[in-house]
Amino acid sequence: MTSSMRSLNWKFSQVFGERHPGEKVEEIDIISAVEFESRGDYLATGDHGGRVVLFERTNGKDYQLRSRKELEHTDSSVTSHPLYSYKTEFQSHEIEFDYLKSLEIGEKINKLRWCASSNNSLFILSTNDRTIKLWKVSDHKVKKIIEMDSNAYISSENALLSEKSFLTDQSIQSVPNGYHLEWITKRPKSTFPTYKESPKMMFKFGECASSRCRRVYSHAHDYNINSISINSDCETFLSADDLRINMWNLEVGNQCFNIIDLKPLDMEDLVEVITSAEFHPAYCNLLAYSSSRGFIRLVDMRQSALCDQNARILQDREAHGSRSFFTEIAASISDIKFAKDGRHILTRDYMNLKLWDLHMESSPIVSFKIHEFLRPKLSELYNGDFIFDKFDCCLSRDGCHFATGTYSNTFKVFCHDGGHTDGTRLEASKNPNRVSHTQECQKNAGLLTIFARGLHWRGHENSRFDSSDCDLDSKLIHLAWHPTTNLIACATKCSLYMYHAESEHF
Amino acid sequence: MAATDEPLYPIAVLIDELKNEDIQLRLNSIRKLSTIARALGEERTRKELIPFLNENNDDDDEVLLAMAEELGVFMPYVGGVGYAHVLLPPLETLCTVEETCVRDKAVESLCRIGAQMKESDLVGWFAPLVKRLATGEWFTSRVSSCGLFHIAYPSAPDQLKAELRSIYGQLCQDDMPMVRRAAASNLGKFAATVEPSHLKTDIMSMFEDLTQDDQDSVRLLAVEGCAALGKLLESQDCIAHILPVIVNFSQDKSWRVRYMVANQLYELCEAVGSEATRIDLVPAYVRLLRDNEAEVRIAAAGKVTKFCQILSPELAIQHILPCVKELSSDSSQHVRSALASVIMGMAPILGKDATIEQLLPIFLSLLKDEFPDVRLNIISKLDQVNQVIGIDLLSQSLLPAIVELAEDRHWRVRLAIIEYIPLLASQLGVGFFDDKLGSLCMQWLEDKVFSIREAAANNLKRLAEEFGPDWAMQHIIPQVLEKINNPHYLYRMTILQAISLLAPVLGADITCQKLLPVVISLSKDRVPNIKFNVAKVLQSLVPIVGQSVVEATIRPCLIELSEDPDVDVRYFAGQALQACDQVMVSG
Repeated sequence: MTSSMRSLNWKFSQVFGERHPGEKVEEIDIISAVEFESRGDYLATGDHGGRVVLFERTNGKDYQLRSRKELEHTDSSVTSHPLYSYKTEFQSHEIEFDYLKSLEIGEKINKLRWCASSNNSLFILSTNDRTIKLWKVSDHKVKKIIEMDSNAYISSENALLSEKSFLTDQSIQSVPNGYHLEWITKRPKSTFPTYKESPKMMFKFGECASSRCRRVYSHAHDYNINSISINSDCETFLSADDLRINMWNLEVGNQCFNIIDLKPLDMEDLVEVITSAEFHPAYCNLLAYSSSRGFIRLVDMRQSALCDQNARILQDREAHGSRSFFTEIAASISDIKFAKDGRHILTRDYMNLKLWDLHMESSPIVSFKIHEFLRPKLSELYNGDFIFDKFDCCLSRDGCHFATGTYSNTFKVFCHDGGHTDGTRLEASKNPNRVSHTQECQKNAGLLTIFARGLHWRGHENSRFDSSDCDLDSKLIHLAWHPTTNLIACATKCSLYMYHAESEHF
Repeated sequence: MAATDEPLYPIAVLIDELKNEDIQLRLNSIRKLSTIARALGEERTRKELIPFLNENNDDDDEVLLAMAEELGVFMPYVGGVGYAHVLLPPLETLCTVEETCVRDKAVESLCRIGAQMKESDLVGWFAPLVKRLATGEWFTSRVSSCGLFHIAYPSAPDQLKAELRSIYGQLCQDDMPMVRRAAASNLGKFAATVEPSHLKTDIMSMFEDLTQDDQDSVRLLAVEGCAALGKLLESQDCIAHILPVIVNFSQDKSWRVRYMVANQLYELCEAVGSEATRIDLVPAYVRLLRDNEAEVRIAAAGKVTKFCQILSPELAIQHILPCVKELSSDSSQHVRSALASVIMGMAPILGKDATIEQLLPIFLSLLKDEFPDVRLNIISKLDQVNQVIGIDLLSQSLLPAIVELAEDRHWRVRLAIIEYIPLLASQLGVGFFDDKLGSLCMQWLEDKVFSIREAAANNLKRLAEEFGPDWAMQHIIPQVLEKINNPHYLYRMTILQAISLLAPVLGADITCQKLLPVVISLSKDRVPNIKFNVAKVLQSLVPIVGQSVVEATIRPCLIELSEDPDVDVRYFAGQALQACDQVMVSG
C-alpha cells in the first residue's frame, strides 16, 4: 500500500443518553434525526417523541471572540476535536389527528435542518410526517438580583423604570426579599456608543435558552414528508413527500408551490416514489431527488415552474445485472447528500453507498458495499421489513470520506482513494474499533471482492449467514458528519455517540 | 411638578404593564407609549423611557412591531426635531431583530424621523447609525441598513458620501443573499439621491453586479431596479446601460426573472422613454409572449393591452397581434384566461377595422373556449367591445357561450354568469334578451344550489330596474308566480324572496294586484318556514302598499298567523304586526 491517501483513525469522543445493558428503551426516546449546524457549533437531534434536543460545542467555538494571542497558542493542527454539551430541548411536534382522513399523524421528527442564524438566535426547521415548523432558539440573559442593601439607592438611569418605583416605598423593600427575575436583552455590545448599560455589579448574568415556534408550514402534504432542504438563497426551502416536492418561502407559512408531482392520474400506474430530496449547496436553481427505483434526478428550476422535466438522470446501469424482486426493493435510495463542492452526490441504497459525479450519469464513480453478507438473505430481510430500513449517509468536508450505518450498532467509514473500497467498521460504543477485529473474516471477504469481482458472489453464497453475527434490531440509521472537522455523530436507539479522527499518513 | 404628579399612578400601571407577563397587557401599554411620554414630560422621556425601551427589546414580535411603529411618531414627546436623535438607539436595535416585519417597520420609522432631522444631526447621528448597521456582524442589521442610505446620503459631506457609496457597493456584494436582495430592492431609492456623475459610475457598477448575481432571487429584484434607474438616467445613457440589461433579462435562464420582466416590461418601457427604445423592446416582449414557460406567458398576456397602449397601432398590429392570436389557442388555460381578461381593451387601441378583421375572430374563439374562466373573462368586459364593434356582430356567438355557462356544472361559474346578466341585458337590449335569455333567468330560480337561486331572485330585481315595471309585468311576473306551486318548499321560498325584492321596484299597484294575493295564499302553506317568511315578506310590503290595503288584507292575515301553532311563525307575525302599528301611528 503506497497510497498517499489519508486514512482516518477513529476514536471515541462522547456519548449522550448512553444505555446501560438491559435497560429498556422507550419507543419515544429513539432518535430519528441528527443534524449539525452549518459551522458545527451546534448539533440537533430529533426523536420519535417529537422532541428536538440541542447540543452546543463547548470548545473552540466563536473564533471571532478568541483573542489573537489565544489563537496563536492553539495551533490549528493541534486544536482539539469539538466537544459538545447539552444545551436545551423543546417539544417540536405532538400527535395530531387528521379528521378528514381519520388518520393519526405521529409526532416523530423525520428531518431537521438548520437555517442561517442571526443575532445569536438559532433557527431550526423540523418536520414530522405532515407539518414543518420553524423554531427559534435564543439565549436570554437572566438578570438576577442576588443581594442588595435595602438602603442603597439604585442610581441607574433606569431607576424610575427599573423596579416599580412609582408605587410606594415598600416596593423597594420588597426587592431584597427574593431575587427578581427579569428578561433583558442580549445584544452586540459595541453597537451603542450613546447608551451605557446599567451597573452590572448587582446583577448576575445567567443564560437560559428559550424556544419559540416562529412559523408553521402545514396542509401541503398528502403523504409522509421525507426530506426538507434549505436553498442557498436562504429564502426558500423544499419539502418532499412520497409523490410531491413543494417550495416554501421561509417567511410564508400558508402558501407553497408545487414543483414536482409524480402522482399519476391512476394510482395503479405508480411506478416509483420520491425517497429523498436536496438542494444544491451553491446553485439556487438545482435540486436533486432520489427515487425508489434507484434513480437520482437532477432538476433545474430555472427551466419551468413545474419541474417534471429532469435535467439529468443518474442511474447505475451496471447494477441491474441480476434482477430479482428483492434487488429492486433494495435499489431504493434512502438518502442523498451533495458534497460541499456541489459536483458530487453521495447516495445510500439498502446494500451500497455510492458516490456520483454529476458529470457522469451512467454509473457512480465509486460504490461501497455495506453489508454484502446480507445479500443471500434478502427474502428474510423482506419478511421482517428490514429491507425497508432507510439508512442515512454523510460525507466529510473534503468530500473524500463517507460514512453510513448498518446493523449490529455499527457504521462504516470509507475513503475515496481509487480501488480501496473496504471501509473501517466501527461499533457505536465506547470502544468503536472492537468489531473490526472480531469480524476479520468479513473483512477478508470484502477484500476478495476487490481482487476478484466476479467471484465474490459465489464466495458469499458459501459463507454462512448466522443471524447471531448480525443484530438486525440494533440498527444504526442516523448519523451526521461535522461540517468542518472529522467528527461523526451517530444515533443508536436513544443514544448519541460521537467519534473523532485525526488523519494519519501511511 | 404638580401637573406631572397627578397622573402618575395610571402611568405607573402602564409602565408596570410594559413588563407584565401577559403579552396583551404589554401590547396595550406600548400602544399607549405616547400617553406615558406625555405624563413623564420630555426630559424624563428622553432620559428614562427611551433607554428603558432600548433595553426592553427582547420581547415578542408583536410588541416589538408596535414599539417600532410608535417610535416613528415619537418625536414630539422627546422635545421635537432637536432631540430626534434620542429615538435612534432603540430603533437601531429593532433594525437588528430576526423578524422581518419588525425590521421593516423600524426602518420605516427611522426614515420618517430621518426625513425631519436637521442636516447636522443627520451627519452626526444618522449617518454613523447607517454605517454601524451596514457593517454589523449579523445579516439582519446589514439588510436593514440598505433601506436607510437614501436618508443619510443627501446631507452628508463629500467624503462621507463617498464612504456611503462604497459601503453600499460592499452590501451589493455581501456573502449573504438576503443582504444583496435588500441592496437590490433599495438601489433605486438610493440612486435617486446620488449625484448624476456618481450615478453613471458607482451606482451603475453596483447595478451591473446585481444583474449578474448567481442567485435568481437577487436578479429578480434587479429587474425592478431597471425601471427606477431608467427614470434617473438621461435618455442616451439609458439606451446604453439599461436597455441591454432589460433585453438580457428577457432572455434570462431563469423563468422567474423572465416572469418579472414580463410583468414589468410596460413600466420599463415608460422608463426608457423614447419611441425608439420602445421599438427595441418589442422583440423582447414578443419573445416573452412566446416563452416556453406558461407562467411567463400568463404574465406577458396579462399586460398585452397596457403594452399596446404605448405602441403605435401599426406596431401593435404588426408584431403583437400575431402573438395574441397564438395565445388565444395556447395550451395553458391560464394563459388563455389571462388573455381573455385584457384582450377587450385592445379594441379601442386597434380601431374598428382591425378589431373586426383581426380581433373579433379571437374573441369568438375565446368565447367558445372549453375552460369557463376564459369565457367569463370575455363576457365580463363585453361593454368595452360593444363600444367598438356593436353587439350585433357578437351576439350570434355570444348566446351559445352564455347558455353553456348558465348550465355549467360548477355553481360558481353559474353564479358568475348570473352576475353579468344585467350588464348583458343593458348591452343586448330588450328584444334580444326576451328571446334568448328570459327563460334562463327563470331556470335559475329552480337551481339546486341556494346561492344560485338567491342570485337569480336578485337578478330579476335588477332586470326589472333595467327594463321597467311594464316589461316586468309581461315577462317576469307571470312566470315567477307560476312557480309558486312548486312541490318543494325551498323553491317556494325562493319565489317569496323574489316577490319581496320585486315589490319595491314594481310599485304599489302591481304589488297589490299581483303579488300580494300570492303571498297571502302562501300563509296557508303547510310548511311553517314558508309561513314565517310570509310574515316577514308582509312586513316588508307594509311601506309599499297603501294603508287601506294593510288594514284590509295584510293585518287579518298576520293576525291569523300570530295564532299559529308554530312558535317561530307566531314570533315573526308579531313582529310584522308591530310594524303595521308603527306605520299606523306615523301615518
